[in-house]
Amino acid sequence: MTQATQKPAMEVSDEVAIQITNMNKWYGDFHVLRDINLTVNRGERIVVCGPSGSGKSTLIRCINRLEVHQKGSINVDGTELSSDLKNIDKIRREVGMCFQHFNLFPHLSILDNCTLAPMWVRKIPKKEAEETAMHFLKKVKIPEQALKYPGQLSGGQQQRVAIARSLCMMPRIMLFDEPTSALDPEMIAEVLDTMIELAEEGMTMICVTHEMGFARKVANRVIFMDAGQIVEQNEPEEFFNNPKSERTQLFLSQILGH
Amino acid sequence: MSGQSYIRTEMLPEQPAPLGETGIPHWLRENMFSNWLNGIVSVVAMAFVAYVLYLFLPWAIQGTWGYGSRTECLEAVGGDAACWGVIRDRFNQLMFGFYPYAEQWRPMLAFVLMLVAVAPILFDKLPRKMLMFSALYPFIGAWLLWGGTIWTPLMVLAGFFIGYIVFRIAEGLLGDLVGIILAILATVIWWLFLVGPVIGFLGGTEATADAAATPGLLPWGIESVKSSDFGGLMLSLTIGTSGIVLSFPLGIILALGRQSDMFLVKTFSVIYIEFIRGVPLITLLFVAHVLLNYFLPPGTSFDLILRVVIMVTMFAAAYMAEIIRGGLAALPTGQYEAADALGLDYWKSMRLIIMPQALKISIPGIVGTFIGLFKDTTLVSIIGLMDPVGLTNAIRGTTDWNGIVWELYLFIAVMFWIFTFSMSRYSMYLERKLQTGH
Repeated sequence: MTQATQKPAMEVSDEVAIQITNMNKWYGDFHVLRDINLTVNRGERIVVCGPSGSGKSTLIRCINRLEVHQKGSINVDGTELSSDLKNIDKIRREVGMCFQHFNLFPHLSILDNCTLAPMWVRKIPKKEAEETAMHFLKKVKIPEQALKYPGQLSGGQQQRVAIARSLCMMPRIMLFDEPTSALDPEMIAEVLDTMIELAEEGMTMICVTHEMGFARKVANRVIFMDAGQIVEQNEPEEFFNNPKSERTQLFLSQILGH
Repeated sequence: MSGQSYIRTEMLPEQPAPLGETGIPHWLRENMFSNWLNGIVSVVAMAFVAYVLYLFLPWAIQGTWGYGSRTECLEAVGGDAACWGVIRDRFNQLMFGFYPYAEQWRPMLAFVLMLVAVAPILFDKLPRKMLMFSALYPFIGAWLLWGGTIWTPLMVLAGFFIGYIVFRIAEGLLGDLVGIILAILATVIWWLFLVGPVIGFLGGTEATADAAATPGLLPWGIESVKSSDFGGLMLSLTIGTSGIVLSFPLGIILALGRQSDMFLVKTFSVIYIEFIRGVPLITLLFVAHVLLNYFLPPGTSFDLILRVVIMVTMFAAAYMAEIIRGGLAALPTGQYEAADALGLDYWKSMRLIIMPQALKISIPGIVGTFIGLFKDTTLVSIIGLMDPVGLTNAIRGTTDWNGIVWELYLFIAVMFWIFTFSMSRYSMYLERKLQTGH
C-alpha cells in the first residue's frame, strides 16, 4: 500500500454514531480503560493502535458489550448501553464485529454461517437470507466456497467469510479486532482489500490493527492508546509524519523502523 | 556459479508407490512385525487367542439344544459340552418375564415401533415428518406395554394441549412469562388432580378395597398388565430406553445450569450433580424401592418401574451433565463471543451454536453413559425386578436347571452386547458424519 495520496472521497456526516463519555473499566483490581472519551461520526473510519495490553481490543469490545464497562457511558446509534438486555440486543444487531481468530462456526457451512443470524435474529425468510448471503460472499470474492465448511478454507478466506457474515446482518457500524494479525502476508492483502472496499462504501468502522499502510489509506482518524488511555489522536497524515507525544514517537519508530 | 543456479522446465508426473508399501504384507509388517518385540508379542497374543478358542469352540459347538433339564442334558453330552437347552426352554421368559403369553405381541410391536420412532432422530436423512411419530411414541409405547384404557395416554397427552391453550390465552392478556407459568401450572394441576377422575369416568375403574369397580362411559382399551409381570430383556429395554431418552435433556439442562451466571441455578446444579454422582446407583434403587413411598403423599402409589426409571434417569443425568460440561469447556470462547456479537440471545446461541458443537465433542462420553445406563438396568434384580439377571437366579433355582451357569450368562452377555455394540457403532458413524474440518 502506497501513500495516502489517492484516498477516495469518503464522506463523514455530522450525525454521531458512537459516543463514549468518561468510560472506565476494571478487570478485578486492574484498571484497563481510563477515562475514555471518543465520538465517532457516521461514515468515519477510525484505526486504533498501540502496544499490546494497552486496552485497544477491550475498548472496541465494550462497544458491543462483549466486555462490561463499570463507569461512564457508551451510546451507540442513540441507544445507551446498560445491563438492559433489550438495548444490548438492539445494539448488537446494528454493530458487526470481526475477530482476530475469525470465530466462524465450524459445524455450519459457509452459507449457513452467513444466514444463521439474519434468519434467527432478524427473522428474514431462508430464501431471502441466502440471497443476501450470496451477495456478500460475491462481494468478498468467495461465492464458490459457499457450501464448504470453515475448516476447509484458508485463513484469509475465513476472515473474508467472517466479514461477509457480519455484513449479512446489515450493520451500520463495523468493529474489527486485529483482523489480520493471525494471517500470512499474502492473505493480509486480500482481507485489507475487502476492508478498504467496505470503507469506500461509507461504512462506519473502528479497526484495531497494526497495518499502518491501511491506516494511512483509509482512516480519517488514528487513535494511539497506551496503558488504557487515549494518548494521541489525529488525522493519519499528521499522526504518522508528525507525532506529538513521546510515547507515540517511540511506538511508531518501533513498528515502522524496520 | 553456473552449478548453483537451476531452473526446472517441467513438473514431475505422479508415480505409483513401490511394491511392499501397500497391501496385506505391508499391513502385517507395519502392524504386527515392525520389530522383534512387536513380533514376539503378536505371536504370543495369537497363540493365546487360539488356545481360548480351542477350549471354547468345541464346548459351544458340541453342546446340545435339546432336553428339558440339566440332568438329561449332561447324561447325553457327557459333561464337556454346553447345555443350550436352557435357553430354548426359557427363551420366552428371558425375553418377556412373566408377561402374559397372549399379549406378548404388544411388547414386540412396541419394540418395532420404537425402532421406527428412533430412526428419524438417529438419521437426519429420513423425512422430518417422522419426528411427529417420535414425539407421540412414548404414549403409544407405554400404552402398548401396560395396556388399560386408551384414555390414559390420551388424557395425559391432553395435558400438553391444555397447557398450550392456557399459554395462548394468558400470553395475550398478561404477557409471555405469566403465560408460561400459568401454562405449566395448569398442566401440572391437570395431571395431578384431574387426569385420574377423568380417566376413571371415561374408561372405568377397577375394584379397590373401599370401592367397587365402575363401568366407564367409553371403556375402550386393551387388557392391562401389571408392572410386576414385566421381565427379561423387555424390562431392560423399557428402563434403558426411558432412562436414555429422559436423562439426555436433563443432563443438558444441568450442564447449562452449572455454567450459569445465576447463583441459585448454579448452586442447585452443582449440589445435584455432586450428590447424585457421589451415591451408588444401588442406594438410589433402594430409595426408589422402599423410601420413596414415605415421602410421597399417602394414597399415591407410584409404579415401581416408573420409580426405577426416575432414579436411573436422575443418576445418568448427573454423569451426562459433567460430560456435556466438558464439551462446553472445550469450545473456544470465540464461539460464544461470535454468537453474542451477531445478536443471538442466550437460548438461541446455545441451541444453534454452542450445543451442536459441545455435544459433538461429547459424543463418545455421552454414548458411554448410555451404554453404562443400559447395562446398569441389570441392577434392578437386586430390588426384586425380573430383568434377565434376576431371571437367571429364578431359573437356576428350579430343579430342572439347577447348577447351570455359563450358558445363561453367556446368552445374556450376547444379548446386551448386541445393543451396546450397536450404540457404539452408531456413535462412531455419527462422529464421522459430523466431521467438518480437515
